[in-house]
Amino acid sequence: MAHTQQEVLAGLAELVNDETGIATDAVQMDKSFTDDLDIDSISMMTIVVNAEDKFSVKIPDEEVKNLITVADAVNFITENQD
Amino acid sequence: MRRVVVTGIGATTPLAGDAPGSWEALLRGESGVSTLEQDWVAKYEIPVTFAGQAKVLASSVLTPQEAKRLDPSSQFALICAREAWADAGEPEVEPERLAVDFATGIGGVWTLLDAFDTLKERGPRRVMPMTVPMLMPNGPAAAIGMALGARAGVRTAVSACASGNEAIANAFHRIQRGEADVVVAGGAEAAIHPLPISAFAAMHALSKRNDAPEKASRPYDSDRDGFVMGEGAGALVLESLDAAQARGAKIYCEIVGGSVTSDSYHITAPDPEGAGAARAMLDALEQAGAGIEDVEHVNAHATSTPVGDIAEYTAMQRVFGSHTDNLLVAATKASTGHLLGGAGAIEAVFTILALKDQMVPPTINLDNQDPAIPLHVPVAPTSLARPDAIAISNSFGFGGHNAVLAFRSL
Repeated sequence: MAHTQQEVLAGLAELVNDETGIATDAVQMDKSFTDDLDIDSISMMTIVVNAEDKFSVKIPDEEVKNLITVADAVNFITENQD
Repeated sequence: MRRVVVTGIGATTPLAGDAPGSWEALLRGESGVSTLEQDWVAKYEIPVTFAGQAKVLASSVLTPQEAKRLDPSSQFALICAREAWADAGEPEVEPERLAVDFATGIGGVWTLLDAFDTLKERGPRRVMPMTVPMLMPNGPAAAIGMALGARAGVRTAVSACASGNEAIANAFHRIQRGEADVVVAGGAEAAIHPLPISAFAAMHALSKRNDAPEKASRPYDSDRDGFVMGEGAGALVLESLDAAQARGAKIYCEIVGGSVTSDSYHITAPDPEGAGAARAMLDALEQAGAGIEDVEHVNAHATSTPVGDIAEYTAMQRVFGSHTDNLLVAATKASTGHLLGGAGAIEAVFTILALKDQMVPPTINLDNQDPAIPLHVPVAPTSLARPDAIAISNSFGFGGHNAVLAFRSL
């Protein structure tokens, strides 16, 4: 069953919180993973792998570098989930 | 050469989650060894069903994010290093003059084997990106170095069960030579996992006393049948005497010797003549500028294996001759089990506290002392007679590693 954009944002915020301790309400659509949330590349890959599990989506490695903001990730997951 | 003192101690052990608690439990004659309740014991029919498990879960002390990014060995290391650092009064030191020497015998075995399970069951895509930094044996040292901002060099000694002592000896020499002013030193282990237990059991190194775990670790007793695995970590803050005095630090004692030798005899068996172990003890005393009769207390390696305990006694006789009878010997693994790469570190903490309190801790489970090892091993806390006496702590490891530390009250 497809997740709505709102559900993906909430789920992604949980994954970010789980990995980094950043508060879920700080994970907003306009935030940059690196510049605003200070998430390093290893944490980002961990979040990506966990997001693939959580949302039944495949996020290719070459796509990860395009996920600059939270909105980029939410939109990619929403559009590509099974 | 500069003089070096101990200004902070920390430990998380099968007896307690900190150094003072571990020491008090040791003086009360408690055992930290208990039955393993984990489901993998029955699942894999593990032949040894007990160990010295850490009294306080590391994950209950650290933040969830710290725990998630650190192998259990690094978790223990970080906890006791923070305790030691706070105990030392958080010395103000230039990052370029602060170093770390922190050991492990086995490394991140939980991380490595969990990751292999993930690979087999779910494929390479699901292997977590943090796997390599978590499993590497320098992980504990690196975690401490990051936490304290150490930039004078973060190093890891890996010499099996001698690792902790070797790391502390390395730290001592670094400060002596002026390469650093403050070093956080010690060792950690977290290998109570079905594979290491099965592997040590396969070589008949472990006690099989499954029906009485708290009686299983019994160094020097006639009925000893192998060692008991333990987990946890110990840490010291070492600094130059000048730096410690300049900042008015509390000083536990001076570290006066740290020697490493090797047997080149057999990959696992100790040299029955004890020549390499004896050289390590003599060299540590030579560094101290001390004679054999200056030694009053020995925290022995004494793992509770039939051959190891005798080989160490033989080595002590080579070193001390007739003075052997005067030594007050403690075999604290009777209470803690054997922490492998963490053993030397927690035993250094116990040796330092023995000097501070002028009290040799009891050795439990010594019901029927082996007549072939007629050492004086107190079974109740026993006062040291000489305030200026030297205490030494021995550690030996598979590979023929011998590492001996010597301490003296200031």
